[in-house]
Amino acid sequence: MALRKYQEGGETDLAACNCGHQNDDEKQKEFGELLNKFKGKKGALIPLLQESQEIFGFLSADTMKQISASQGVPFSKTFGVVTFYAQFHLKPRGRNIIRVCQGTACHVRGGAKVLDSIKELTGLEINQTSQDLRYTLETVACIGACGLAPVISVNEDTHGKLKPEQAVNVLEEYK
Amino acid sequence: MNNLMEKCCDKCQHSPQTPCQDYVTCRTQGPICHDDENCKQQRLDHLSLLKLEKGNKEILLCAGTGCTSSGSVKLADLLDQELKKRGLDEKIKVKTTGCHGFCEQGPIVIFEPEKVFYRQVTIDDIEEIVQVHIVEGGIVERLLYVDPTTGQAAKTYPEIPFYAGQNRLVLHNCGHIDPENTEEYIAQNGYQALAKTIFNLTPQETVDEVKKSGLRGRGGAGFPTGVKWQGALNAKITDKRYVICNADEGDPGAFMDRSVLEGDPHAVLEGMAICGFATGSDEGYIYVRAEYPLAIRRLKIAIAQAEQYGLLGDNILNSGFNFHIKIKAGAGAFVCGEGTALMTSIEGNRGMPKFKVGRSTDKGLWEKPTTLNNVETFANVPPILLKGGDWYASIGTDNSKGTKIFSVTGKVNNTGLVEVPMGTTLREILFDIGGGVPDGRPFKAVQAGGPSGGCLPEDQLDLHVDYDSLGKVGAMMGSGGLVVMDDTTCMVDIARYFLKFTQNESCGKCTPCREGTMRMLEILTKICEGDGEPDDIEKLERLSRVIINTSLCGLGQSAPNPVLSTLQYFRHEYEAHIFDKRCPAGACTNLLVFFIDEEKCTGCGACAKACPAGAITGEKKKPHTIDTEKCIKCGSCIQKCKFGSIFKK
Repeated sequence: MALRKYQEGGETDLAACNCGHQNDDEKQKEFGELLNKFKGKKGALIPLLQESQEIFGFLSADTMKQISASQGVPFSKTFGVVTFYAQFHLKPRGRNIIRVCQGTACHVRGGAKVLDSIKELTGLEINQTSQDLRYTLETVACIGACGLAPVISVNEDTHGKLKPEQAVNVLEEYK
Repeated sequence: MNNLMEKCCDKCQHSPQTPCQDYVTCRTQGPICHDDENCKQQRLDHLSLLKLEKGNKEILLCAGTGCTSSGSVKLADLLDQELKKRGLDEKIKVKTTGCHGFCEQGPIVIFEPEKVFYRQVTIDDIEEIVQVHIVEGGIVERLLYVDPTTGQAAKTYPEIPFYAGQNRLVLHNCGHIDPENTEEYIAQNGYQALAKTIFNLTPQETVDEVKKSGLRGRGGAGFPTGVKWQGALNAKITDKRYVICNADEGDPGAFMDRSVLEGDPHAVLEGMAICGFATGSDEGYIYVRAEYPLAIRRLKIAIAQAEQYGLLGDNILNSGFNFHIKIKAGAGAFVCGEGTALMTSIEGNRGMPKFKVGRSTDKGLWEKPTTLNNVETFANVPPILLKGGDWYASIGTDNSKGTKIFSVTGKVNNTGLVEVPMGTTLREILFDIGGGVPDGRPFKAVQAGGPSGGCLPEDQLDLHVDYDSLGKVGAMMGSGGLVVMDDTTCMVDIARYFLKFTQNESCGKCTPCREGTMRMLEILTKICEGDGEPDDIEKLERLSRVIINTSLCGLGQSAPNPVLSTLQYFRHEYEAHIFDKRCPAGACTNLLVFFIDEEKCTGCGACAKACPAGAITGEKKKPHTIDTEKCIKCGSCIQKCKFGSIFKK
């Protein structure tokens, strides 16, 4: 979402995450190699952020500061880029990312009811993660599987022709 | 020989470092550098096998995103196992392909060369298919497609109206070749256009051919492609130039670019390389949206294979022409489909559009001449160079040449991808090919062009679709998305839906878009919730004019279009919402009144028990009533009623 507003304790609150996930030695090593790979390369900021997020699952303040230093850009610029694009996350997310498609075809075929039913099942609002880190709920503008509307995706799997009452069976599969 | 891309014998010296000019021609007509009956026969034999001329067969399963989510890959694995068990895997090959286009009927299983078409195949059907079709040589009747209007079953796919009505020019390989195997693209004349161009034409002649074809950009704006390429060729800066493929297909409801990328990635690579040659560029980027992981994977494989065979890279086919392609994944921003935003995103910045001073073909990516075109536009280029611009211009209308891929979705029977010549009517696309509206419901409107486009009602169905005709009636070709709506869709709600989308995706840079779309969204939401005021329509129209005239980029300039077009054709719905507090389509819950038909109600009380607001009262066995003040319109009562006596209007 292009206009995410800063919220205390919310998605864009840098102060919130103190889990120390990013201190894992092996991940730090991989991250170090990544920084080297992109050092001095043109147009590297976004791919570097994307691959760093692959390693850690999200982008902590510390990770972003290291990336800024390595790329020679101000931290404010990195933060600006990260908060512009919907795919970057400032807090850890669940093991299973549920994306409910909000595209036109899905909307016309009852996508809103599917979203409501998933919200009720998981107790989550959009962009929230469950306490046990099992699920994160997101919406996406269009997955591109319009022939199967309404569609949701969980991780890399797409589930189409979904009826609200079937959502519970789909979610159960994912631990 | 196991693969067309291999050498026939040690006389062949081709490699990316020592490229041979005749490499592409040699794949299908070789050997060229020496005479040898053995070598020639090997190649012919292998080609025959690929074309299924040796009594061998293929079973094709769609492995596009849609069918994969319905389990098609598991089906393919199971089929493979069954064939191996019966020792039939030598004569019959199981192949996964790209999208065949008939998404509603997936998973699809096709037998070639007979062209038998089975639909909605499940794991439980596999054994019967192997036994009845393969072993006994029969047909599994119950898996054939049946036309809903005639009741006729179609044995082969050319008989099915969905396919019969199409001209699959760009999509000709999708659903037929294995996109992860370059030799199949080569066997279908792949890379011959590139070879022909770099050896027989000059860059100017290449541009002239594209101009002759009349090809217009398929991303939405419809700018003449040849003119764009000429601009880049004429650019003053010559030390570095770029080609960019815009694969940030963000329009909700559009998935034609995704299908081309997943099903025939080499067509795009070849088109980009030809563009590189014509415009003097040696580097290309494909900007793919992050939401298309399968497309990204297939592109990476195709690029790696093309480089492996020397079809991309330095000194391609010993011509002196260099062209490298890299992939840039988007990060989730619709606005990055806009040209300047896309380029600044590649440069590593926030994807905010810039005020255009001059053309990007003069100064684009990193201030160098850049040619930016859409996926479908590039996929049209190889056929144009292979068969000629004149041939291409013979298809379509006076101002719009060639074919267009439409994604037909929503309240329609045959959802999927439809490719037809420009000039085909909406009626033919949506009814003859699309199969009309399900459940016999009346057609209400079709949204053409995504969030930048407009809604067209029934009396526009005989419109001959092309860039100019759509513009004249307040709609837009856009990416080619067609979302069909029936009488249960509220047009005010649809306008609100599109505004919500564009408002969300607005980059925030310019005031008219950032603030204007927010104000419009607020007004539309108010109307849908029953709080519309008499001057709301006038406010919407005025806001629309200001936003269109003053926004910085295409997103803002087209955001009000859905509102204006629904006002043009469905003004009465807005008026009903505002003045009568009524939703004619019965969709806006706040405006609905739930009531119990006293003649049908048996007084069983099931609804009263289900009602979370305690709004239903009545004595046992006597008709009940709903207190509309307390009613929260959740619909639980309708769900519980076994006598169909509760209605909403």
